[in-house]
Parts: sequence; structure tokens; C-alpha cells
Amino acid sequence: MKKDIIIAGVGGQGILTISAILDMAALHSGFNVKQSEVHGMSQRGGAVQSHVRISDGPVYSDLIPKTKADIILSVEPMELLRYLPYLHPDGYLVTDLNPFKNVSNYPDEDVIKSEIAQFSKHRIVDARSLAKKAGNFRAANIVMVGAIADLLPFDDTLLKKVITDLFKRKGDRIVQMNLDAFDLGKKAVSAEIV
Amino acid sequence: MQKILLGNEAIAQGAIDAGLSGAYGYPGTPSTEIIEYIIKSPEAKQNIIKAHWAPNEKVAMEEALGMSYAGKRSMVTMKHVGLNVAADAFINMAISGINGGLIVVVADDPSQHSSQNEQDSRFYGKFAMLPIFEPSSQQEAYDMMADAFALSEKTQLPVLFRSVTRLSHSRANVKTRPSLHQNNLHILDDTKRFALIPSFAKKQYRQLIEKQKYLAELAEASKWNWYKEGTDQSLGIIASGIAINYLLENFPDKIPYDVLKVSHYPLPKEHVRKMFDRVDKILVLEDGYPFIEEMIGDYLGREQKVIGRLTGAIPRTGELNPNIVAYALGLESQLDETIPEVVVARPPQLCPGCGHIDLYEELNELIPQIGEKRVFSDIGCYSLGVLEPYNSIDTLIDMGASIPMAKGAADAGLKPAIAVIGDSTFTHSGMTGLLSAVWDKSPITVIISDNSAVAMTGAQPSAAMGRLYDIAKGLGVEEAHIKVIIPLKKYHDKNVEIIKEEVNYPGVSLIIAQRPCVTMSNEKKDLARKFNTFEPSY
Repeated sequence: MKKDIIIAGVGGQGILTISAILDMAALHSGFNVKQSEVHGMSQRGGAVQSHVRISDGPVYSDLIPKTKADIILSVEPMELLRYLPYLHPDGYLVTDLNPFKNVSNYPDEDVIKSEIAQFSKHRIVDARSLAKKAGNFRAANIVMVGAIADLLPFDDTLLKKVITDLFKRKGDRIVQMNLDAFDLGKKAVSAEIV
Repeated sequence: MQKILLGNEAIAQGAIDAGLSGAYGYPGTPSTEIIEYIIKSPEAKQNIIKAHWAPNEKVAMEEALGMSYAGKRSMVTMKHVGLNVAADAFINMAISGINGGLIVVVADDPSQHSSQNEQDSRFYGKFAMLPIFEPSSQQEAYDMMADAFALSEKTQLPVLFRSVTRLSHSRANVKTRPSLHQNNLHILDDTKRFALIPSFAKKQYRQLIEKQKYLAELAEASKWNWYKEGTDQSLGIIASGIAINYLLENFPDKIPYDVLKVSHYPLPKEHVRKMFDRVDKILVLEDGYPFIEEMIGDYLGREQKVIGRLTGAIPRTGELNPNIVAYALGLESQLDETIPEVVVARPPQLCPGCGHIDLYEELNELIPQIGEKRVFSDIGCYSLGVLEPYNSIDTLIDMGASIPMAKGAADAGLKPAIAVIGDSTFTHSGMTGLLSAVWDKSPITVIISDNSAVAMTGAQPSAAMGRLYDIAKGLGVEEAHIKVIIPLKKYHDKNVEIIKEEVNYPGVSLIIAQRPCVTMSNEKKDLARKFNTFEPSY
């Protein structure tokens, strides 16, 4: 078992939280993990990414080689495309459809969508709306974890336990909201899963 | 016990478990999380391990040396350019030697993710003639720390512990072991070697040189360096630090070539000699400068037995990655990084509501009157003011350079000259520059954009908090020309007036533009407001 996942988005969108969930699930499962992330100035509204590598064997490089990512998961559609050189020919593109427009030359959303649509294995989720439905738009990152849950080497019970542990100190209400966000993400892509 | 730790956290936990008594540092990407981890560590609290953010790296290093002098194990952490600031202490404590184990952790930033340059700290280690450890993984970073302390005490020398961004900011499983006890307070019977007057220093310097043979023997026998023979002798590979991972990524089962993995310097000469004797060509893989390659390559480049960054086998700049290494090995590799044209750049930017934005809007209103290209600035979030849409500042060289550069430009006749510096950068390296300007009655205006935090690295506490007014006054800025403004839209016009007035004053004037960093919690903001009691000048 070996999964290479790139998580993408804009600084502040909860990329590191997604990575932390995958790391903890890997640790609980007895897998090895390496997870490279971005700290510092780029976190201020810039493009950020995290490389998550999970394996039952040794993991060497902290960086995923190009053309080897099994999944590129993005919390923002344009950011998804920034990491295309990393995508494995059989890999999945999964993204929230809601753009984060903090640059004046943000491209036409339809062009972005048509770029993504060229890949057969893609999932576009309205994570922001689903997160709002769960209680807060900021949980869009957890919706996206739900949207790739079936592609991960973990069962849902474990992912939910990790999410619960992660948000425990913020209280039961926040835990439940994030669990709901996870379920909504899972449900949103269920039609595509055969 | 197994945990998932960031490389920096593995370094910190390794030090805690190696009997650390004190850790000092100044925040700087990619090194910051080491001290942060120790500050938050319940174990560190329980074992009364000191963890302190010093005003700058030199001070941090000297504090660590003081703890070592008293017999205890200490660590000092910084980013690579921080070692420039601490270099005076670094070079000279190699001469004096240490007492309790002392580890200098420096995180280099190949590819300049958050830095002005990609200088390689191994050159400093060699320059100071000290042992260098360069871990290849999070687990090794953890495990090496106990060994580094033992080596430091055995040789009575500081050990340079070099990390890079990709190790410092990557998480992995780390197995930890029980902690060692801390050293007791213990001062040497003869402390004269810590007093580097020439007669003592000459003796110490000779001793340091004499120790080199021993340091080389230790590196030669070190378990962190290993040599594995391959079956194909057309190539041999020297891989230092994390470069070994990129090699293994490309040959997960078996590497066909001879491999020398280097994580403990001085460079183990016998191992290198063996490789020279056995293989036709040597590829050097190292993250950073061509440090090993330059040492062992042929100066005139006629034979090119040694290949790497200097010969073009590896790009001259930027960090390594699995693809670059694959290409250098002649394997199939994707080097193309083309992304769809629709994707535009998304550079970092100042947070919505940030006080620096208001300050720059005020400054920009004045620039047509006072002239362009005369705002000297410094290092922090406010450095983003050099970009669109602000274009408010013109320079950024090193910590604290804004004030002396403004003074020098004013001396040349560029009047008015303005310095924009952050609160923490000011107490890091700005105060002496200000003193120089005051002493020489230079016509400059210094604006301290004070957000009461070391904001860019995650809002660590700033040594400047609540002290700026008194520092400026104490350094001799006339009180009539120390102004406090609040960078908020509602004060825009007043602030523009105050800045204009002070810029026109033909001596040193200083404006504190004060508003807590917007990323801080309300609790931290309230604390900042409690400390910053000086009244705005309205």
C-alpha cells in the first residue's frame, strides 16, 4: 500500500488540518508517513501545498516525484491545476468548486472547469455550501476529506475518530459540525463511486 | 513511543530527551518551530528546561554559551542568515571551547522559500573548524541529538547541527526513548580559556587546530556516515543529509552504484578516497551549495571525475527533488513543470485589516511630495510593501539595514530619507543604527511599524513590546520628534500630517505606528495594548 497525495489551497484554508488528519490516521494504522508542508511568509494568502506520503513500507523522499501523485486534493479550483505536473496518469483530481479570489487577474472560472474536465478522474464538490450546511463555511476543508475518503487506506470510523480527537478541545458542537461536514463530503461524491 | 513529528519538533524532542537544560533562539523560517515546541512542551516545563526567544541570534548564542559555561547542555536555533548575525560568537566559541554540550541548530533554506539567499551553513562549520551533523530524516534528527551533545562534551567544542527547509518542515513517524538527566551546575576549575586575550587565544587556537585530526577520526568512524559498495563501478554517489532520500526514492530496492552517505563532518576522507579508487565518476548530491563537490572536485575542471552542481549535472541553484536526482542518474524523469496557462501566480500578501496597509497608504500619499525611491525598509511582513499594490518601500537587505542605509543615503544628500522597520526587527538590529544616526544628527525619519509581535513567523512575542518609546528616548531621539500614531483609516489624514511634519524635520525623527497584529488572538492583542501605554500624538 502506498498513497501519494498533494493537498493544495491558499494560506489559511486549512490545508495543514487536512494533512494532520491524514497523518494521524496513518499513525493509528501503523503506516509510515512523510508530510512536507509550507510555513512562513507564503502562508499569508499565498499558494500553499502539502505533500502527504503514506505507505506500509519505508517512505524516502519528503517530496512526491512528478507524475506520481495518486490524488491532488484542492480546497480551491485554480490551485488544483498548479500541481498538475505531479498527477499520476491514473490519479484523481478533487477540488472545491469555489474560487478564492485574492488576486486581481483571477482567471475565468469556466476555463478552469474545462481544464479540470479534461481529466476523466475528477471530482468537483461545492464544499463551501456543504460546510455552511454543516454549520460553518470554514469546515470546507473537512468536507474535502469526506470527498476523498473512499480513496484513502483508512475506514470511516478511523477518520471520524481522528477528526473528533483533533477538534475535541473546541467542544462537542465543533466536533459534530466537522463530522457532519465529513459525511456531507462523502455523500456528495457517492454517486460517482462505483 | 512513536509520534508524528515535524523535523523541527524531532530536533526539539531529541534535545529534550538528551538532557537539555536551555534552548535559545530568534524566530526565522524554517527554524521557528524548534523553540516553539520546547516552549509548549509539558516535559520541558516539568523538567524546568529554559526556552527563550532572545532579541537576536547573537544574543541567543551567547546565552546558550553562558549556560554551557555553567556546565549544562544548551542549544541555540536560528535560520541560516541568523548565523551571519551570530557569527562573531560562533567563530570565537570554537576557539574558547565549551563546557556543557552546546548544539548550534541552523536551518538552511535551499530554494529561498522565505529568505534573501540560500547560503549553506556547512561553510560556517568548516570555517569555525567544528564538527557538523546533517541529519537525513526526522528520526535521524531525533537520534543524532544525544550523540551531538555527547560529541560536544567529548571534544569540548560546539557542534553545528544543520537542517534544511525540507527536513525542518516535513513530518514523519519518530520513535522516541526515555530522557537523559540534565547536567548539574558545574564550573571548570580553570576557566581561562573563556577569556580570549591574545596570549590565551593563541593557545586555544592551536589546540583547535590540533583537535582537527581527532575530529576527522570521529567522523570517519561515525555511524551517521556509511559506505555501501555497488556492483556497477561506472559511477559512485556521495549523498549528504536529505539527498540520500532522493537517491533511495529512485532506487528503492537496490542501488547499483557505490554510495557514501554523509551526515557527520569533517568529510570522511578515507571513505571518499575509497570511492575515488573504485569508481569512474562521482556524482555529488547535496542540498545547498556544492560544498563537498568543491572540496573534492578538480579545480580546473579538466577531468570532471566529480560531477554535481558545478558541472551542470544538477542545477546550480535550488533544492534537490526526486526528479532532479533521477535525471542526474540518467533515469527517466519528468522535469517539465508546465502548468495550464490559466493558472496565475498567487504571491503572499498582507492580511486584510493589517496595520502595515494603512501605514503604506499614508506613506504613498506623501511620496509624490517627498520624492520616490527613498524608503529604506527591512525584514518582516511589511517587506510585502515592495510589491503591488503598495510599492511603498525600496530596499530590503538584512535585519536592521533600513536605518543605517537611510543615514548613509542622507549623508550622500538624499533628503529626506525614510526608514521603515518592524518592532522586533528594530530591537533585533535596529537600535545601534538609530544610535549612530542620533549621534551624527542625521536628517532621517524612522518609522517603526509596531504590531507588537514577530508576526511573519507566527506572532511570537516581541522584545520591543511596551519599550519602543523609552528606547528611542534613551538612545537620544528628541522627545519633540518621537510621535505615536495609530494606523487606522479614521486617523489617515492626521497620520499623513504627522509623517509629513517629521519628514521635514532636519534631524532624527521617529514615528511609532502602533496597532497589534490582526492575526493575534484577542487575548494577545489586549496584552499588547496593556503594555503599550504611550499616548498617540493627536
